Amino acid sequence: MKVEKTAVAGTLESSDAMVTVEPSKGGIEMELTSSVMNQYGRQIKAVVLETLEHLEVKDCKVTIVDKGALDCTLKARVECAVFRSCGKSDKNIPWGGAVR
Amino acid sequence: MIPRPRPRRFRLRRTMMFMNAQKPGLIKDAYIYGCDSIMLDLEDAVAENQKDAARFSLYHALKTIDYGNTEVIVRINGLDTPHWQEDIRVCVAGGADGIRIAKCESAQDVITVENAVLAAEKEFGVEEGRTLLMAALESPKGIINAYEICTASKRMFGVAISGGDFRRCMGTHFQRDGVDLLVARGQMLIAARAAGIQCFDTVFTDLDDDEGFEAELLQNKAMGFDGKSLINPKQIRPVHDLLAPTEKEVLWAKKVVEAYREQSAAGVGVFTVDGKMIDIAFIPGAERTLRLAKACGMYDGDLV
Amino acid sequence: MINAVGRDIPNYLLKDGKEVYQGKFYMDGKYIQKVAPKTVRYEKPQESKIVATIVDALKQCGAKSGMTFSFHHHLRNGDYVANMVMEAAVRELGLCDLTIAATSLGEANDPIAEYIEEGKVIGLQTSGIRGKIGDVVSKGKLKTPAIIRSHGGRPRAIEAGEVHIDIAFVAAPTSDCVGNCRGIGGKSNCGSLGYAMTDARYADKVVVVTDCLVDFPNYPASVEAIDVDAVVVVDSIGNPAKIASAAARISKNPRDLMMAENVAKVIASTPYFKDGFSFQTGVGGPSLAANLFLERFMDKRNIKMGWAIGGICGPMVELLKKGKVGKVIDVQDFDLDAVNSINQTPGHFEMSASQYANPANKGAFVNKLDFVVLAALEIDTNFNVNVLTGSDGVLRGAPGGHPDTAAGSKCCIIVTPLIRGRMATVCEHVVTVTTPGDCVDVLVTDYGIAVNPLRPDIIECLDNAHIPHVSIESLKEKAYSIVGRPDDLEWEDNVVAVLEARDGTILDVVRQIRPYKV
Repeated sequence: MKVEKTAVAGTLESSDAMVTVEPSKGGIEMELTSSVMNQYGRQIKAVVLETLEHLEVKDCKVTIVDKGALDCTLKARVECAVFRSCGKSDKNIPWGGAVR
Repeated sequence: MIPRPRPRRFRLRRTMMFMNAQKPGLIKDAYIYGCDSIMLDLEDAVAENQKDAARFSLYHALKTIDYGNTEVIVRINGLDTPHWQEDIRVCVAGGADGIRIAKCESAQDVITVENAVLAAEKEFGVEEGRTLLMAALESPKGIINAYEICTASKRMFGVAISGGDFRRCMGTHFQRDGVDLLVARGQMLIAARAAGIQCFDTVFTDLDDDEGFEAELLQNKAMGFDGKSLINPKQIRPVHDLLAPTEKEVLWAKKVVEAYREQSAAGVGVFTVDGKMIDIAFIPGAERTLRLAKACGMYDGDLV
Repeated sequence: MINAVGRDIPNYLLKDGKEVYQGKFYMDGKYIQKVAPKTVRYEKPQESKIVATIVDALKQCGAKSGMTFSFHHHLRNGDYVANMVMEAAVRELGLCDLTIAATSLGEANDPIAEYIEEGKVIGLQTSGIRGKIGDVVSKGKLKTPAIIRSHGGRPRAIEAGEVHIDIAFVAAPTSDCVGNCRGIGGKSNCGSLGYAMTDARYADKVVVVTDCLVDFPNYPASVEAIDVDAVVVVDSIGNPAKIASAAARISKNPRDLMMAENVAKVIASTPYFKDGFSFQTGVGGPSLAANLFLERFMDKRNIKMGWAIGGICGPMVELLKKGKVGKVIDVQDFDLDAVNSINQTPGHFEMSASQYANPANKGAFVNKLDFVVLAALEIDTNFNVNVLTGSDGVLRGAPGGHPDTAAGSKCCIIVTPLIRGRMATVCEHVVTVTTPGDCVDVLVTDYGIAVNPLRPDIIECLDNAHIPHVSIESLKEKAYSIVGRPDDLEWEDNVVAVLEARDGTILDVVRQIRPYKV
């Protein structure tokens, strides 16, 4: 998918993460802040990259403000942000396909 | 991925606790409080502009979180909204045990949902017929059509009344003696029993009114409800305590079932237990008592 | 050298007789030579000891660079006194190389972090270390490692001369003109002054800072004039709203209540739960809520609690007033109900930190405890507890009376949710061992109960009462299955804090954390 416009998903509540995706040209650029950075920073990074790969997003700037979200929440927020950026978050989501 | 066993249409459903499907902190382990079913809500709890986010959140929760023996039901948005089709797709793809149809008013509503569920089961390679249905009756029309709704599909396991909306339609308010919902509850119960499915009462919203909650539970029990919808974990225990059989009832049920198995093996149809005449008609009730006792930790035998 | 809880203690710390931790009653029966302070004689009758300012008091007491000042934390997050004194010492008198020996330091003391960064404060000895001070110490800004002690370990160290207090500062809600202090009767009341008592007796000089001067004699006094050199009257010693909360309410959080009920069930299943039993609980959500369920079990069995100790708040005072507990004796009060009750309600008394928890005296209260219910930031599969460092390796907690009560009580119950946010509370290795696993008996979480295999007797109690329990390993696995296994923290070589066991041996060290960057 191609990130067409800036989109946000998630909140800054505990156990959640706020994910912002913005169009960009030069591959994936990530900015991460997390309340559990020292223990989970690497894993969060890996999950976000893997999720973007499943969605076939090649170029975007992704900003994550993590408040201790579990992997399943991180995935959901990244996916929602990407689908929103293309205006396709409301229907015919490929559950079990690109979203997995 | 946590494979969930095939949902059972008839199981113990004393407590169904509502949870906002959009709140990660809530849904990650709501099952620890011991409710029989959790009800992940895509409808009223989720703001109109977060319906999409809630589905992504729900999908991964269903796929990742081990809910154990707790049944997982999803309340989808009403058929008069643009959301329900995608709601059904995500429920089926994620493997929810059942779907609660909001604002159900007719057998056709059930059939409409069932068709969408079947289509989703085919699309996502889910065993056809796996996904169960229940209906929430929220309007006078829903109550009038209760029987046709209860019998509209083989997937239907129960109906529930939604007090807030129903009272609004009727122009009434919550009454401590329950008179405002008495007829509706009664009609729904009769329909459900006639159709052979379960019946659940509405939520009690004043969390500080312990007495009022208990009074409503006692009335629910007297009327014959199978369970209740809840909004807070603290409501679980009172329901389970109240619906639990007494020790005397458990002892009696055990004797009846044991005697029945013995006698029927010997070809006897009618017999006495403690001086009372017993026949096959008593058995389902006695077995239900034992199942309930087992769930309450009061019985650990193998009769049920 | 590896100690009894498997922690590697650098050899350079093992000097002047310091040993590594070797088990919970290792020092039992050994002798201690107590030190005495060098104090001035005021033989000629004095009208008053009042001096105009803190600076004057510092000057009168001969304050100079390199000294150790002591503070106590009864004013909790509302405390102004430690900050005022340090500002006067550093900014007005230009002192440096100072050591702060505090019973605890919290977010109220954030301004002191600046003096640490500037190198004016070079040593810290405390139980609690939080807020900005925790951050700067974790970043290696303090010149010497902070020494962290329990509430019992501190009076032990003072009496043994391991900490020599040059000047002790007593934040007193009321004082008379010669320094008889009480924790009540003023505008910034805190109730008990138990932590200040040992400091006042063993310091060379003692300065009382009060915002409410009362007629002589201010009696019965918690800190007595016989130990006091100077009295300073200031506008305000603290923010009353942050000293004592209106009333500690029992949690309504269903998770807390579920855990609290299980705590009470465990307690009621043991043989120690009989008429006259003794009890201490923390003030965290589930610990405090245990009071509620315990009362129900007491009523059901028709028994009463003999005595309770600790930091005290309203729900325990309630039990006392209802006649369900014989005596309440405390070193600290957490809410107004407790503040207004101490030395007022019959049966509610004050005690010193040494009487409360010092393991090197001839028998502290903690050693007579039947039950203690405590919280944890982390607990590992050997039941070692961490209440000092966050899972991210940053100092943000306090051993307080945790290790003392755990070691002294017959049954120590830790109550904590299995996970907090994405942090696994039950884990493979705690970041820092603050309470050794051999002192911890039962763990109650929202996902199940585990009993220390060292206590087969308690396992039997739970089985007899049909209370389900699981292994602590299975709880750890459950936690990791939800949050994922955390990466190991990365550390620099330098030690930023040394954690003493209550007996004075070294239990653990905290090194400087190396933060992960994307």
